Amino acid sequence: MSRLHVVSGKGGTGKTTVAAALALALATEGRRTLLVEVEGRQGIAQLFETEALPYEERKIAVAPASDGAALRAAAGNGSGGEAPRGGGRRGGGEVHALAIDAERALLDYLQMFYKLGSAGRALKKLGAIDFATTIAPGLRDVLLTGKACEAVRRKDKNGRFVYDAVVMDAPPTGRITRFLNVNDEVAGLAKIGPIHNQAQAVMRVLKSPETAVHLVTLLEEMPVQETADGVAELRAAGIPVGGIVINMTRPALLDNGDLDIAARGARAGVAKALSQAGLGGARRGGLADRLIDPLLEQAREHAERVELERAEYAELTAIGLPTYELELLPEGVDLAGLYHLARDLRKQGPI
Amino acid sequence: MTADTTTLDASAPRLEVDALIDDPHTRIVVCCGSGGVGKTTTAAALGVRAAERGRRVVVLTIDPARRLAQSMGISELDNVPRQVKDVDESAGGELHAMMLDMKRTFDEIVEGHADAERSRAILENPFYQSLSAGFAGTQEYMAMEKLGQLRANDEWDLIIVDTPPSRSALDFLDAPKRLGSFLDGKFIRVLMAPAKVGGRAGMKFLNVGMSMMTGTLSKLMGGQLLRDVQTFVAAMDTMFGGFRTRADATYRLLQAPGTAFLVVAAPERDALREAAYFVERLAAEQMPLAGLVLNRVHGSGASQLSAERALAAAEALTDQRAEDTHADGADTADTRTASAAPAENNLEADGIVDLDAGKAGPRTAGGLSPAAAEHETPTSASAAQLAAGLLRLHAERMQVLARERRTRDRFTALHPEVPVTEVAALPGDVHDLAGLRAIGDRLAQNRTDTED
Ligand SMILES: Nc1ncnc2c1ncn2[C@@H]1O[C@H](COP(=O)(O)OP(=O)(O)OP(=O)(O)O)[C@@H](O)[C@H]1O
Ligand SMILES: Nc1ncnc2c1ncn2[C@@H]1O[C@H](COP(=O)(O)OP(=O)(O)OP(=O)(O)O)[C@@H](O)[C@H]1O
Ligand SMILES: [Mg+2]
Ligand SMILES: [Mg+2]
Repeated sequence: MSRLHVVSGKGGTGKTTVAAALALALATEGRRTLLVEVEGRQGIAQLFETEALPYEERKIAVAPASDGAALRAAAGNGSGGEAPRGGGRRGGGEVHALAIDAERALLDYLQMFYKLGSAGRALKKLGAIDFATTIAPGLRDVLLTGKACEAVRRKDKNGRFVYDAVVMDAPPTGRITRFLNVNDEVAGLAKIGPIHNQAQAVMRVLKSPETAVHLVTLLEEMPVQETADGVAELRAAGIPVGGIVINMTRPALLDNGDLDIAARGARAGVAKALSQAGLGGARRGGLADRLIDPLLEQAREHAERVELERAEYAELTAIGLPTYELELLPEGVDLAGLYHLARDLRKQGPI
Repeated sequence: MTADTTTLDASAPRLEVDALIDDPHTRIVVCCGSGGVGKTTTAAALGVRAAERGRRVVVLTIDPARRLAQSMGISELDNVPRQVKDVDESAGGELHAMMLDMKRTFDEIVEGHADAERSRAILENPFYQSLSAGFAGTQEYMAMEKLGQLRANDEWDLIIVDTPPSRSALDFLDAPKRLGSFLDGKFIRVLMAPAKVGGRAGMKFLNVGMSMMTGTLSKLMGGQLLRDVQTFVAAMDTMFGGFRTRADATYRLLQAPGTAFLVVAAPERDALREAAYFVERLAAEQMPLAGLVLNRVHGSGASQLSAERALAAAEALTDQRAEDTHADGADTADTRTASAAPAENNLEADGIVDLDAGKAGPRTAGGLSPAAAEHETPTSASAAQLAAGLLRLHAERMQVLARERRTRDRFTALHPEVPVTEVAALPGDVHDLAGLRAIGDRLAQNRTDTED
């Protein structure tokens, strides 16, 4: 099972939401997950309704006890025989969060390797750190992915992994391959030196089965197209792709089959039914009768969308990856909604 | 009919789109907003509309959806505007469109400002290649650069600019400045230090400090990367001032009276929060905001029927149906083929779904469609079911409407001065001229009801 889950997808499809839900879903049975953010937007803090995250790992949520304990226990046995934390308590686990800041990561890194405390500050004054973290191609991504990989590999003094899983709220599909494939980019630029070595080490983790990139999509043309392109790109780069998360699905209340029936003369019957349900007179021009046209028009639009979604769905399944579905929460995603989505993910089996 | 509940409140002034695009003083329209809200669609739709109303328009799009680009004939990235066919030019207008190629735009700047040998050195520099292929901000910078070029050409009387799909609408304003200040910054001078500072006595102390710094950088980046960067910087030296100057000039262009910003947003909390930031920022920068385009808004022709009543009625019908089926099972016989006579209808005759094929898409076929599933002819029972389905759908629609209105009202309360236009959500994607015209109509019509 992979331990680094990278969540990407077209902008606005729900990457942050899905990453958070996944981190919660994986934190059962006393497991500990780390949710990392790399774009400096404090999306996680907003979602968990806490204050802005500092550059520091901290606990932000406790996952509820699993409702699929048996399943989870089985999966747990597969992952290196690690006993759950918390002395076998069947409770929930913990989600920790970290907003990785490229600038801080670079300064830490300079400090760690070169003891560059004050020189680091001087570099910063000059704009070199700015340069390195926002402008120098690839370097920023080395730092961000490097920090995430460090968390994946980190062990406590008993030799156990500190985090059972690390979930990354990653850049969007258009940039994800480049982001993860920092090695090619950076090795082409920095052919030797510590940055080069660091990039190589990061790449080894990212290309191993320890990593899985999941793509979030909606059942709409552009996100689906981007997903297909993204999967092809990731595969070509040798980066392991995990699953496709179809977000914000809506139930099909009616489809063209129903409309077909309506078309074949059910109009009068429908008017009568509406009238019987207390919505006014069924006669031509009666209240119920006047409802029919707008209602049918809405149904036609709905059916058109359902058709479109079916086509997009078929395209997604043709990619041949496991798919997961999360419904559209009508009131938007608050903390309760997030737990709800986590539960839905868990129900759909290991991701 | 029910215009009172489906159109804008009196509190928000209306954005008069036609007045804006017809005004000969309007020379540039910039469509901004957070990711995926419909910037590209809005820009293209405005272009078509303005051209068909008689203006010579060029639309600069950024990463348009593939099918949209194809239908406009701009799927080739050649970085020059192409005339769009099938636009109605009877009013004397024309539409040209292009898709931004940021690397090409960058290359052209280099080629235009350095002699052949030097520009080759730059173009072949690996550091330049990475930089131009897209580091944070290149796309925004190049969009501005291209806008400046189009404006300088003076070949069009209206330029409509799409903005990159950045995380935040503000990136469009911030990124070019960031790049500009880097290219002008101290750090660049440090990188050039070995070439420039050496030899000047007064600079000796500084020089020592700098070579220490470059020593550190060299250790960190590997000597060869630092050399690449230094060669790049040296080769670009003459151009740096140019970047900053042009970025500043374009920035001023954006503040000029002929420019109008349209902030595009979906009626969702996050998108409108971004829109509000952007509105405030434009005001702070003294950039002229024309208004807010609220895109993909839902309406209903039956808004007199509340969600609650619709649901209650649907429930009543379902209960009643349960009894009926119990009483008379014969109704469910499959007589579909016998009843294929064309009926009086207001529905399009396309897509009659075969339900078995529909199961290929398990989610969307997921139950909830009992009438169709049984392939019934219209009987009183199926009519009741159908009515119940229509009512549930309506309830869902009304809930969406209410939510969208709340979100919108929050924005208007915050910014009552901003003119707003609403664009109804079309059921499908927008990928051809007909779709763009439909969006254009809605942009100008200023209403959300969906009936025809
Ligand atoms: N299943 C869902 N039901 C309802 N709303 C959702 C759902 N998933 C996400 N959303 C909402 O959609 C919006 C976008 O979600 P989110 O911020 O997670 O997307 P993102 O892909 O991270 O966006 P960005 O590209 O801006 O980082 C948010 O307002 C979020 O609350
Ligand atoms: N009013 C509308 N009704 C239906 N679909 C729409 C509407 N407006 C836009 N769309 C669709 O929404 C999708 C996104 O639109 P568009 O590409 O214009 O957004 P964008 O803001 O440019 O996105 P990005 O930030 O990725 O550049 C497209 O598939 C488009 O066809
Ligand atoms: Mg996000
Ligand atoms: Mg766009």
